[in-house]
Amino acid sequence: MAEVNIKEIINKHLMKVAPEADLEELSPDANIREELDIDSYDFLQFLIAINEEIGIEIPEADYGKLSTIESIVEYLSARINV
Amino acid sequence: MIKINSMDWKPIKKTFDKWSVRPTLLDYTTTCASFSWESILKEIDGLPDGKGINIAHEAVVRHAMEGRGNHLAIRWLSRDGAIRDYSYHDLHSQSNQFANVLRQLSINRGDRVFVLSGRIPELYISALGTLKNVSVFCPLFSAFGSEPIRQRLSKGDARVLVTTQKLYKQKVADLRKHLPLLKHILLADVEEDIEEGLWSLPKQMAKSSDRFSIPQTDPEDMALLHFTSGTTGMPKGAIHVHNAVLTHYMTGKYVLDFHPDDVFWCTADPGWVTGTSYGIIAPLTHGITSIIDEADFDAERWFRILEEQKVNIWYTAPTALRRLMRMDIEPCRQYNLSNLRIIHSVGEPLNPEVVKWGQETLELPIHDNWWQTETGGIMIANYASMDIRPGSMGRPLPGIEAAIVQRTNKNDIKIIEEPEVEGDLALKPGWPSMFRGYLHDEERHRKCFVGGWYITGDLAKRDADGYFWFVGRADDIIKTSGHMVGPFEVESVLMEHPSVAEAGVIGKPEPLIGELVKAFVCLKPGFEPAEKLRLEIMGFARKKLGSAVAPKQIDFVDNLPKTRSGKIMRRLLKARELGLPEGDISTLETDS
Repeated sequence: MAEVNIKEIINKHLMKVAPEADLEELSPDANIREELDIDSYDFLQFLIAINEEIGIEIPEADYGKLSTIESIVEYLSARINV
Repeated sequence: MIKINSMDWKPIKKTFDKWSVRPTLLDYTTTCASFSWESILKEIDGLPDGKGINIAHEAVVRHAMEGRGNHLAIRWLSRDGAIRDYSYHDLHSQSNQFANVLRQLSINRGDRVFVLSGRIPELYISALGTLKNVSVFCPLFSAFGSEPIRQRLSKGDARVLVTTQKLYKQKVADLRKHLPLLKHILLADVEEDIEEGLWSLPKQMAKSSDRFSIPQTDPEDMALLHFTSGTTGMPKGAIHVHNAVLTHYMTGKYVLDFHPDDVFWCTADPGWVTGTSYGIIAPLTHGITSIIDEADFDAERWFRILEEQKVNIWYTAPTALRRLMRMDIEPCRQYNLSNLRIIHSVGEPLNPEVVKWGQETLELPIHDNWWQTETGGIMIANYASMDIRPGSMGRPLPGIEAAIVQRTNKNDIKIIEEPEVEGDLALKPGWPSMFRGYLHDEERHRKCFVGGWYITGDLAKRDADGYFWFVGRADDIIKTSGHMVGPFEVESVLMEHPSVAEAGVIGKPEPLIGELVKAFVCLKPGFEPAEKLRLEIMGFARKKLGSAVAPKQIDFVDNLPKTRSGKIMRRLLKARELGLPEGDISTLETDS
């Protein structure tokens, strides 16, 4: 899956938990939970939705590594392309 | 409602040979029999020359003066991995500086000082400095949206707000025209003053002396103002006084079981009462070390903190524990948790599965306890030395009288003596941290007391051995991730959206966070239910209310069930959502 598609999927699911967010203004290395006011429950729903859509298991222990759009894209790309 | 049968789960027996440190409360019955608040009063220091009782003196000054000044008081862990240590001396001198900043701004006794921030060191220093100045500390949760912030600043007559540049711009700047009393904003993260009234906190601190003498403090002087949600109307500001420190100290001694060399981690945010009573005050009154983590919940990080900081006593919440249960790991093999001695939990009832998980996976039982904003401190608890009945909140603290009661009429109750009968959980007033009122709301305060008892709003039952068991709320207040959310506040904001005719909001049971805020929305004529509109309303509510309060789910409905007097029957909405019997619907006016 191309990186651009992964970004689209991330954006789609971010907009479901934080529909008011202006993703164009969001820097790829910004902490999304802090910038978009996503609490721990919303963040969990977001990652579960991504998991369901692209079939990559994201264990709870890895959630801390996924704080920015950049890190999520990197994390997912590495697992899709293996 | 969570109903747990006391016979369903095997009790966890405590064995004396397993203690690495002997609990202070060794025998519950004996301690209760000999307990008096006078004896606790003798254990605290009091201001010199009989000038009264001040929380900040007990928390900081006495340790700095009594040879414990170099002991580590707070270790702050930043989100990005940096560590900042504060000894009792550091806390003492910096809170003195903050008290002097307030004094220079002509902020006096009883004036309200609000703090809106994440868990940054300035929050803790501001809290202690405010208390030293005998002003009133009012914490605001940083994930509140502008509306809950406006209501609280306004109702609390805020004179000063300590915050960060980003939170100020996002959530406060536009409100200032509605808040004429709020003359001073202190920004924790700017180096230079911006304009008159919009000050740099570091700059103001730097030019203030680190010497300050706490003025005479009446134990009944207002110290803390904690807002909590009601079923109807806007949030209420529960008033606590300096005498509450007796409860903070006593519960630290008997429930949390603090010993002089302990490292304690309370994971609660000071925006909620647990994060103030136990995230700031109680550990400091015992002169021990507190861990403060700036970051939000992260399972791996949390286990690492427990290990690296050698935490002995951990006070957390069911929501977090249930998240940790999701991890497919064996924590005791992957992390060295050998320093951990006691785990406590509060915020919502701890389901027995979690207690069992703690016992099996962390090799320690988890001690649930119960209290609320109005009680100011822990009231009912499981103790280190007492057997645990999984699912029970435990037994009342020494000095606390709790009962299950039933209302007989508007002005009276009867105590239910027989065990296993559900009723209102009530407390006999008079403990030091009991709220002294709701600010500017005497009528609502008065209504909490019936027949000489404080009616908590929770329903519970008591078993034959005096253990209390949570049954549910007596009203419509939603308990989500351990926080209270008033449905009325959410409904009011939803109705501000141009498409919404009316809204009904309930707490929908959710296994991880207890309940989630769910809204049922009727649209005005001309608006059609559609996913785009649903997301628009959700975004609107999030912007106004913040993620901590805004609904997580929104359903469109044609109409809402109402009483003949026009009141939304949330109970019925909830029953329908959950497919439960609808109960008494004799007052129902309209139906979907």
